[in-house]
Amino acid sequence: MSGQSASDNRPLSPHLQIYKPILTMVMSIVHRITGVALYFGTLLLVWWLMAAASGPAYFDYVNGFFANWFGRLVLFGYTWTLLHHMLGGLRHFLWDVGKGFSERSRNGLAKLSLAGSVLLTILVWVIAYWARGSF
Amino acid sequence: MNMRTPMSRVRGLGSAKDGTTHFWRQRITAIANLPLVILFLILVITMVGASHGQVAALLGSPMVAILVLFGIASVTTHMWLGMQVVIEDYIHGEGAKILLLISNGFFCAFVGLSAAFALLKISFGG
Repeated sequence: MSGQSASDNRPLSPHLQIYKPILTMVMSIVHRITGVALYFGTLLLVWWLMAAASGPAYFDYVNGFFANWFGRLVLFGYTWTLLHHMLGGLRHFLWDVGKGFSERSRNGLAKLSLAGSVLLTILVWVIAYWARGSF
Repeated sequence: MNMRTPMSRVRGLGSAKDGTTHFWRQRITAIANLPLVILFLILVITMVGASHGQVAALLGSPMVAILVLFGIASVTTHMWLGMQVVIEDYIHGEGAKILLLISNGFFCAFVGLSAAFALLKISFGG
């Protein structure tokens, strides 16, 4: 009965492709994309924790993967993804309490979280290299 | 014509019967994630270049292990809720949608329980 229902022929609302991209919209899309990336990225965390639980030999192997240029690139991207999603979440908290909806606030917050995510990512990595003693 | 009963309007639970529960849990886990994820970032930084023994000792110490376990619980719940919305928004075929919603739960349970198991194994000195 429900297999060939009216819903099969329902028109869909216009979607992303017909709108001119604006900053707040792009930030919203990026928030969702970073969320999905973080979702699958947790597999890396599980892999690393499993390695730590398995013993020194396998742990060194996994650490070796994260230490080469490709592993570092992945972790660098993951750091930015995480921080961007985190700052995006902070914007949502602000909107949840009814603040930050003016055009100036919306655009300012978008730019602030974009710049903040890049700066914080660099800061985290500078501290990490410093902690490692590479400076 | 409004077909809803007065009782349904008072309850305000809507067609999915859970009202604002999804939204509320999403925000609660977001609040919890904030300090827990920042703490985990700091932990990872302090462990850069550390040996297996040092990492196991740090992750296995009670305070750290408990906070990381909280983080695992909060993060996996948050990603479960988030991916559910993404699937509901973009997957319109009923069969594919239900299959993916089920897979979403399995994936988050796998991530959460594997991470928790690894951490407990380290903590209890496996």
